Amino acid sequence: MGDELSTAIAVIAATLRAGTPLVFAAIGELVAERAGVLNLGIEGMMLVGAVVGFMVAASTGLTPLGFVAAALAGMGAAAIYGALALNLMTNQVATGLALAIFGAGLAAFLGQSWVGIPLPGMALPFPETLRSIPVAGPILFGHDWLVYLSLLTVAGVAFFLHRTRGGLILRAVGENQESAHALGYPVLRIRWLATLFGGAMAGIGGGYLSLIYTPQWAENMTAGRGWIALALVVFATWRPWRVLLGAYVFGGVTILGLQIQAAGIAINSNLVAMTPYLATIIVLVLISRDATRIRLHTPASLARPFHPEA
Amino acid sequence: MLRLTRRTNPSRSLEILAPLVAVALTLVVAAILFVALGKNPADAFAAMFWRPVQDLYGWSELGVKVAPLILCAVGLAIGFRASVWNIGAEGQIVVGAIAASWVALATGEGGFGLPGWLLPLLAGALGGMVWGAIPALLRTKANANEILVSLMLVYVGGFLLQYVVRGPMRDPMSFGFPQSPMFPDPARLPILLDTTRLHLGFALALLAALVAWLFVARSYQGFVFRLSGEAPAAAAYAGFSRAKVIWGSFLISGGLAGLAGAAEVLGPIGQLQPAVSPGYGFAAIIVAFLGRLHPIGIIAAALLMGLFYLGGEIAQMELQLPIAITGVFQGLLLFFLLGADTFVRWRLVLGGTR
Repeated sequence: MGDELSTAIAVIAATLRAGTPLVFAAIGELVAERAGVLNLGIEGMMLVGAVVGFMVAASTGLTPLGFVAAALAGMGAAAIYGALALNLMTNQVATGLALAIFGAGLAAFLGQSWVGIPLPGMALPFPETLRSIPVAGPILFGHDWLVYLSLLTVAGVAFFLHRTRGGLILRAVGENQESAHALGYPVLRIRWLATLFGGAMAGIGGGYLSLIYTPQWAENMTAGRGWIALALVVFATWRPWRVLLGAYVFGGVTILGLQIQAAGIAINSNLVAMTPYLATIIVLVLISRDATRIRLHTPASLARPFHPEA
Repeated sequence: MLRLTRRTNPSRSLEILAPLVAVALTLVVAAILFVALGKNPADAFAAMFWRPVQDLYGWSELGVKVAPLILCAVGLAIGFRASVWNIGAEGQIVVGAIAASWVALATGEGGFGLPGWLLPLLAGALGGMVWGAIPALLRTKANANEILVSLMLVYVGGFLLQYVVRGPMRDPMSFGFPQSPMFPDPARLPILLDTTRLHLGFALALLAALVAWLFVARSYQGFVFRLSGEAPAAAAYAGFSRAKVIWGSFLISGGLAGLAGAAEVLGPIGQLQPAVSPGYGFAAIIVAFLGRLHPIGIIAAALLMGLFYLGGEIAQMELQLPIAITGVFQGLLLFFLLGADTFVRWRLVLGGTR
């Protein structure tokens, strides 16, 4: 195998890994937003998921259990948001911000004595024989469990939203809450479920960072990925498969920066580190310029509080 | 079962009471948290909220913490009233600090009969404005969400700071430490109170609150801003430009945040360092809401939030509590405030859903 080919394969694999936390976080937010819930607190839910997942995995030695804990922790954080934004009808923007601030503080607080502790790795799903097939092996079979789970999740969400009755009801709640209510659908319950799903996914996305990607706990280790995930949902115009595309583009931008440095091109690492954030801005600008298209795709009841009396 | 019904009129008393209820509930949770951590809550409260302000020096230190919070929150509140969501004040602080430092190192000895700190301070405000202008431009020209753009710029600004303190602005005599040279004395902000660190930035913060109050409550433009946020359709019908409101909100809040960043480096810090703000830009969001988006309320809220910062530092030293506890309290406070606010407009009643 040529050097360039093996570098290219390594870059693809690294891109998928870098994109995976974004896939989880963004697909969860996508479901919540399709139900009309704008939860800006992804960053907080990811951090809480990352730290709780890490604590459980490090103390039991069981990384899979860490992911379960991360999902539950993310759901717990989302439940705070749900109680306020859904039941008490608080401003969703402000409540999401509060969750982002609270989650970051709580995670730093919980994780302070877990910084720098190493973690046992998690076995890869496919056997060595499959992984060592030239080219196709590392690209198709070389990844960890969660990369495959993220793909399955996107497929599952796409199927659920567009091919099932439940998905139709969820979208109805997000598009027109009054009509959905008039038809007898439990608007609040559906929004709660969507919010909790979003929390679980954000938790797993955070857990991926602390359990597999790094794998360590560090304060604020999500480094804005929760916010990038929000931008990804807009980029995807609320369609599941495009989330995947967007997440890998961002993963690719991150990895490309590292590759440029590795290739010995003299560019300051701090300037390279800016690229995913600048790319997010550029993508937002490009996608948002067509205001009509954004308006057509945005769930019409997004961020609107619901009360049967109103 | 409990349910909410709409009040005929929003409760005026609850509107004022809600922040106090939120503070009380935060303290209750804090007490539970202290017990869970094996600390005596009375001791912890005394260490965090009482001992820091036992003498004039303590109060002056509170003033140092409060100044950037007021400056940022007053600006943000003007935007929030107009439904313009600048949540990137932290980035605007950082860029303001960089701009101020650059000018301070270039011109800090003063000249033209001007005090040495004046140009750096103005450069800081300008830097914050430039950083705030980006989301305003992209919002008005390309419809890009200002929340996400302003937040992304926090990270970009953070890396910019790391770059300049390690690269172009690093002190060649710093033995490799990532920091700029100390600013010349004339570039440092005047101290308001001898033997303390209370600097001119505190006075500027109070002035900003006063001017903001005049702007919001007494000026025609302030009315346009408020209407644009509260009744966008009416504002559009009246022919008020939404773009101007977005630009105005970002330039004001960005400029004030930049001023806050400048005052931090020209005041207590005295040089550019890899960390210029412990999250003042984000805490200011909470301060703005807690202060009911009103300048006087913001001063009161900033005093409380400043005490969280001051107390958090003391709790870390005396009680070995992690400094991150400040962030937990900040988040809780905003949660409780948002929850309490619901009851201004809604009443809790017993009975099943109809």
